[in-house]
Amino acid sequence: MPSTPAISFRNVAKTYSGARGAVKALDDVSFDIEPGEFFGLLGPNGAGKTTLISILAGLARASGGQVLVHGHDVVTDYAAARRSLGIVPQELVFDPFFSVREALRIQGGYFGVHDNDAWIDELLANLGLADKADANMRQLSGGMKRRVLVAQALVHRPPVIVLDEPTAGVDVELRQTLWQFVARLNKEGHTVLLTTHYLEEAEALCNRLAMLKQGRVVALDRTSALLAGTASTMLRFKMDTPLPASLAAQSRVTGRIVQITAHDAVEVEAVLATLRNAGCVPEDLEIGRADLEDVFLEIMQGARA
Amino acid sequence: MSAGMNAGNSAVDSAARRTGIAAALAGARTLLYKEVLRFWKVSFQTVAAPVLTAILYLLIFGHVLEDHVKVFGSVGYTSFLIPGLVMMSVLQNAFANSSSSLIQSKITGNLVFVLVAPLSHWAWFVAYVGASVVRGLVVGCGVFIVTVWFAPFQVAQPLWVLVFGLMGAAMMGALGLVAGLWAEKFDQIAAFQNFIIMPMTFLSGVFYSVGSLPPFWKAVSHLNPFFYMIDGFRHGFFGVSDVSPWVGLLIVGSSLAIVCALCLHLLKIGYKIRH
Repeated sequence: MPSTPAISFRNVAKTYSGARGAVKALDDVSFDIEPGEFFGLLGPNGAGKTTLISILAGLARASGGQVLVHGHDVVTDYAAARRSLGIVPQELVFDPFFSVREALRIQGGYFGVHDNDAWIDELLANLGLADKADANMRQLSGGMKRRVLVAQALVHRPPVIVLDEPTAGVDVELRQTLWQFVARLNKEGHTVLLTTHYLEEAEALCNRLAMLKQGRVVALDRTSALLAGTASTMLRFKMDTPLPASLAAQSRVTGRIVQITAHDAVEVEAVLATLRNAGCVPEDLEIGRADLEDVFLEIMQGARA
Repeated sequence: MSAGMNAGNSAVDSAARRTGIAAALAGARTLLYKEVLRFWKVSFQTVAAPVLTAILYLLIFGHVLEDHVKVFGSVGYTSFLIPGLVMMSVLQNAFANSSSSLIQSKITGNLVFVLVAPLSHWAWFVAYVGASVVRGLVVGCGVFIVTVWFAPFQVAQPLWVLVFGLMGAAMMGALGLVAGLWAEKFDQIAAFQNFIIMPMTFLSGVFYSVGSLPPFWKAVSHLNPFFYMIDGFRHGFFGVSDVSPWVGLLIVGSSLAIVCALCLHLLKIGYKIRH
């Protein structure tokens, strides 16, 4: 018998009515996340990632469809659904009235969890906050506040952890600490749903991915399958002269750096021949494997949507 | 076998339900505790300051009017003023507590911590209104303790004091919650406070007996539910009032029920908090 999905999005739709008429933020979004998965939700700004997470968390209400957490509907059985969820919000928010320990005790209390100082201490130690337990939230740096947000999401020991762009604007050290900790929680059996703009993070951590574009799922597969299914080769080089027009469509240019996708050796040869015939002189030419960023851009440009 | 399974399942269900109910009660208790702790941490501003304001009112109005005004036949003006100031402080602070807490949390974004918790609209209601009642009563007791020394005093019917004090604080706590849900900016709360709450409390008979007003203004005052709160509360001290405390109880009770029903409805639909 198949197990109940940790999270199930079924035909989720969300329409906002604005001054310029109705805006479809989500359109018929359906996919399941299985227990124990480390799942990535990717998409450009405005794709609907945070709206989807908000509906899951009960911060917003879907215009249509249904969301279940371990089989509990987030609207009709919200208490059970929310007890299974630990949400790390995108915004760096805090309650200025309380110390770190007070904030964690209060957050646990909302979920009916009391006398859990041992777990709070463990969370603080794992997130590098042990010496900040009695500090007021206002005294903490941005990075420290972000760690407290993670601790607050985990204080009631939820089986499903949702991180909405948790590393946006965060320094390297915190990113490492956070990912080590979340990866450990995932190994211990927690389901993790992550939205991020850092595609290398998603590639390194997530075993499966969904990509959203304009409120619709445009890709849903194992990370390895997405990587294998795309252009396997990427030419990277530097060049001062403009690209020939015939290559412009399939290339990505950042300043002097040019990246061109090629599916096999014949295509690589053809690209180089085109450059040579146009009189272009590429410098520091590299031929490498395509990464998730290439897959992402390819899908978002509609090539495989 | 099947019946046994069902019995087993229903036992598990009922155990889960009991656990759920216990967790829900614990959640509501935590939110109440957090709301009380929030104002208590800044008690200089939330308790001491309104007590000082009430003393200033008493000193100024008492000094000017004590020798000129007698109310209800024989009650001195300062004695008359004290219960009015106590009740006014209860009402204003109960409103300020829920409204300012909610608008602060909405604007700074930390309301998300409560929104993601498995708390029902009843839990929100009990916690926010409960904390407002606590703050209203703490400030009211503070004003009473400090002002009672300024004039001869009695508490003729303490039960009325308690009933109107509690009902008034609860109504203003619920009204503050409605205002906090509705408002999107601090100045909207300030407008609600300055253009609705403040005039209605000042014109409710805190500083004068409504019985002494010309007939038209007397009739207008009788449309103000705040008047019945102040009048009923004062009845508890002197045993006399402008209208019967039973009439006051009916009107204040009805107003309380309407505001609570509105508040619970807005919380249930997530008005301006769940989009």
